[in-house]
Amino acid sequence: MIFLNAFLLSGFICMIGQIILDNTKLTPGHVTSIFTVLGAVLSFFGIYQKLISFAGAGATVVISNFGHLLYQAGIEGFRQFGVLGFFSGLLVKSSAAIVSAIIFSFIFTLIFKPKD
Amino acid sequence: MNKDEYKKLVDELTPKEKRAKNAFVAFLVGGLIGFVGQVIVTIMTTTFEMEVVEAYSWLCILIIFIASLLTSLGFFDNFVTRVKAGLIVPTTGFAHSITSAALDYKKEGMITGLGANFFKLAGSVLLYGIIAAFFLSIFGVIIYG
Repeated sequence: MIFLNAFLLSGFICMIGQIILDNTKLTPGHVTSIFTVLGAVLSFFGIYQKLISFAGAGATVVISNFGHLLYQAGIEGFRQFGVLGFFSGLLVKSSAAIVSAIIFSFIFTLIFKPKD
Repeated sequence: MNKDEYKKLVDELTPKEKRAKNAFVAFLVGGLIGFVGQVIVTIMTTTFEMEVVEAYSWLCILIIFIASLLTSLGFFDNFVTRVKAGLIVPTTGFAHSITSAALDYKKEGMITGLGANFFKLAGSVLLYGIIAAFFLSIFGVIIYG
């Protein structure tokens, strides 16, 4: 049941993040960076692809997916363009996340005022 | 009282239950995001006959849109302080960090404020993600061929 798996996996990953935050001095910035790198490492070992086929969106909504997409795009870039692909292809798959975050943040920042 | 003694005291006084509760809340909220995401992906792939990869990308954009909007409306900061990792670890945290940095530094000018601080918090994710993926993909090509 992919819906249950999605719930369990993304919940589990977030729970690990929370446990790290509560029990160490690491900040949210550390945790998200570590999880992103970990996503690339898991993708390197071929585990992240299995997590996605197991839990679907449960694996793609967390920040680790960013690392996975970067790694996969690097590999695909090499297949298409050789060594140049490591440079020109690395951001291809994660472009949607980066560009949408920039565009929406910028537009909303212009429209709304900070509340403090 | 020195720093270590103080920390020990704080650790003793911080109830263990609170950590358990935090972990549970993070599990619940993070899980809910994954679950709702999967529902949306299923709808997109079945009803709109979209490719799965395409659906994941749209989902990612949708999540970032919602997180960014809620942050600029001022709701999201409250949620994050309550739920913490449940909203920080999903892509919502990435959008939240960019939008909140942009909002905070807007008053210092478009270039020196907003522009210079846009990736203040999300920058480390981009930096270390890209560095890790760059070298790993080179290793990957060498090892797996």
